[in-house]
Amino acid sequence: MSGDIRVAHAPSRLTRGLILGVVGLVFVVPILAMVEFTLRRGLEGGYDLHRWADLFQGGLTGEYKPVLVALGNSVGLAIGTVAIILLLLVPTMLLVHIRFPQLRRVLEILCILPISIPAIVLVVGLAPVFSVVARLVGSGVWSLAFAYGITVLPFAYRAIQSNLDGVDVRTLSEAARTLGAGWGSVLLRVLVPNLRRGILAGAFIAVAVVLGEFTIASLLNRVNLQTALVVVSKNDPYTAVILSLIALTVAFLLLLAIGRLGTVRRPRPKPARTPVPPASPTSTPTPTGARS
Amino acid sequence: MSQKTVSQKTVSPKTVSPKTVSPTTTSQARTGSVVEFAGVVKRFGSHLALSEFALTLHAGELVALLGPSGSGKTTALRVLAGLESTDGGRILINGDDVSGVPTSRRDMGMVFQSYSLFPHLSAGENVEFGLRMRRVPAAERRSRAAEALDLVGLDTHYDRFAHQLSGGQQQRVALARALVTRPRVLLLDEPLSALDAKVRVSLREQIRRIQTELGITTLFVTHDQDEALAVADRVAVMQGGRIEQVGTPEELYTRPASPFIADFVGLSNRLPGLVRHGFAEVHGVTLPLVDPSQPDGPVRVFVRPEDLSLGTIADQPGTGLPGTVLLSSFLGSLRRTSVRLDVGGTVVLQHDVRLHPTVGESVVVRFSGAPVPVEAHIPVEAQTPF
Repeated sequence: MSGDIRVAHAPSRLTRGLILGVVGLVFVVPILAMVEFTLRRGLEGGYDLHRWADLFQGGLTGEYKPVLVALGNSVGLAIGTVAIILLLLVPTMLLVHIRFPQLRRVLEILCILPISIPAIVLVVGLAPVFSVVARLVGSGVWSLAFAYGITVLPFAYRAIQSNLDGVDVRTLSEAARTLGAGWGSVLLRVLVPNLRRGILAGAFIAVAVVLGEFTIASLLNRVNLQTALVVVSKNDPYTAVILSLIALTVAFLLLLAIGRLGTVRRPRPKPARTPVPPASPTSTPTPTGARS
Repeated sequence: MSQKTVSQKTVSPKTVSPKTVSPTTTSQARTGSVVEFAGVVKRFGSHLALSEFALTLHAGELVALLGPSGSGKTTALRVLAGLESTDGGRILINGDDVSGVPTSRRDMGMVFQSYSLFPHLSAGENVEFGLRMRRVPAAERRSRAAEALDLVGLDTHYDRFAHQLSGGQQQRVALARALVTRPRVLLLDEPLSALDAKVRVSLREQIRRIQTELGITTLFVTHDQDEALAVADRVAVMQGGRIEQVGTPEELYTRPASPFIADFVGLSNRLPGLVRHGFAEVHGVTLPLVDPSQPDGPVRVFVRPEDLSLGTIADQPGTGLPGTVLLSSFLGSLRRTSVRLDVGGTVVLQHDVRLHPTVGESVVVRFSGAPVPVEAHIPVEAQTPF
C-alpha cells in the first residue's frame, strides 16, 4: 500500500520522535510554567487550586467584567474576520482559480505578504486608514475586523489553497454549468461542499489568530481579550494567567476541531443490492488533458 | 519519418467501420437537434484556435472531431457548450443562435475527459444534479436517475461515491448524468482517453449504442483515429483551427482529400512518384489518382500498407518491386512487414498473419491498384516510408 512506502531520506522514527519531543517541550514548558504559577499559594509557598476556585465561584463579574466584555469583543471580531474570509477571500480565490489563473501568483503574494510585515509596521500603516474608517463608519471595536482580515490572510489562504489544489475545481464547475447550474448553485452546491475542509480550516485558524491578537488592538486603542488580560494582569497577575490558559485551551480545542471536522466523511453508503466488482486498477484519475 | 510507424495505430480496412449500428439505423432515429457552426472564430491571445470554423451536425448524428493536439477540436466543443466565448461567427441549434446564451441554459449534456463526478455526491445524486437544477420533484428525480443509471448498466451503483467506482464506471455515470436531462446535444470531450484499452473499446460501443437508441445529436472530440472511425457517422478532421475534411469514415480513409488526411488517418507509405496524364507512376508502376485533376509533375505518393501485397518473384515474374524483408511484426489479426526495396527506400505493408516472411528473405512488393492521394513534392529523401 502506498501508505507503507517509505520516502527516501525520510527521518527515522527516532529522529522524528526527537524533533517532536524538542518542539513539544518548547510549547509545553511555558504552559506548564503558567499552570504552576497559578497554583502557587503565595509567599508562604506550596500549591493549591484556590485561585481557580475563586475565579469560577465568583464568576466573571465585578472587577473581571471588562474581561467578559473584551471576550465578547474578541468573539465578535472573530466572527467578523471569518465573514471577511468567507465572503471576500473564498470567492476571490475561486474566481482567480477558475477564470483568471494567470493572477494566481499575484494573489498568493498579496495574501502571504502580511505575514512578513511586523504588526507594529502594519499598525503604522493602518492608523491613518483607521482614522478615515472611524470617520466613515465609527470607531467601534468591530472595525478592527478589517485589520484582522488582513492579518489572517496568509493562514486562511494557505489552508484554502491546499484544498483547492486537490480538487479539479475547473472541471467540476464546468460540469455543473453544463447541467444547468448558475454560478450561485455552482458555488454553493458544488464548490463549497468540496472545499469544506479548507474553508473550515481557514475559518478556525482565523478565529484562533483573532483570539490571540494583542498588538494591533493595543496600538489602535481597542479592547479585545488580550488587551483586557493585560489590564487584569496589572492588578492580579494570577487571574490573568488563568484566563490566558482558558483562552489557550479554547484555541487548542478549535484547532483540534479543524482536524476532526475536515476528515468527517459522509456515512458509509448502503451496500449495493448486488455485489459490485472492485474498482479496476486503471481507475487512477488523470490530470485534465490539454486542450487541443 | 520512422517514428510514425511506432506511434500510429493500426487501421486496417476491417477496423475502419466496426460500428454496432449502421448509418441507416441512425438516420431512422432523427429526433435530435441540428447544430450548425457558421464561421466561428475563437482567439486565445494572438493564437487563432478556430478560424472560420464551419460544420453542421444533422439531427441524431454522431460526428467525431479528430485532429492533432492544438488543432482546435476541444475549443470547438467548448464553444458549442458555451464554456468559451466566440470572437466571431454564429452557433445555431435548430436555427436559433445560441452564441450569447450562457452554458447553464444551452441544454447540453457533456462528458469530460477528466473524471468530473462531484466527489461529495453519490452516483445517483450526481445523476440527479441536472434534474435538481431544473426543479424536478424529488420522486421523479430519483426514478429518472435510476433509469439513466440503468441505461449505462450501473443501476446497482446508485449509492456509490466516485472514489468507490472505477474509471470506466465513473465515465458511465458521467454519461448517465449528461443524458438524464434529455439534452438537445451530447458533447463528449475525449471521454475515453483516461481509460485502459479494453474498457475504452467496450465503452465506446456502449456510447454508440445509447446514442443511436436515443437519437441524440452528438459531437465527439477525440485524438484517437480508431475511436473516431469506429463510432462516428461522420468524422471531421481538423487542423489549424479549421476542418480539413468531413466525411464518413470510409471516405476519409479511402479518399483522403489532402496529404495531411492521408498522413493523419491510418498509416501511409510515402513514395516518390510522378503524375502524368491523370495517373501516378511509382517506380514504374502506374496507379490511379484519388484526384485525377492533379497537375503533372513530381509528387509524393501516399500508399496504404494494405494496398501493398507481398509475393515471390516466382509468382508473377516481371511484376512488382523486388526487395528484402527488414522486419516482420505479429499484430494479432494481421502482420506488418517492412521491406527495403532494391530501387531504394523502405515500405511497410500489412498482410495475412499466415504469411511468415523471414528477415533477409527476397520478396516482391505489388500494388493493389487502389487510387492514391498525392502531394506535389520535389523528392529529396522521399523514398523513406512515413
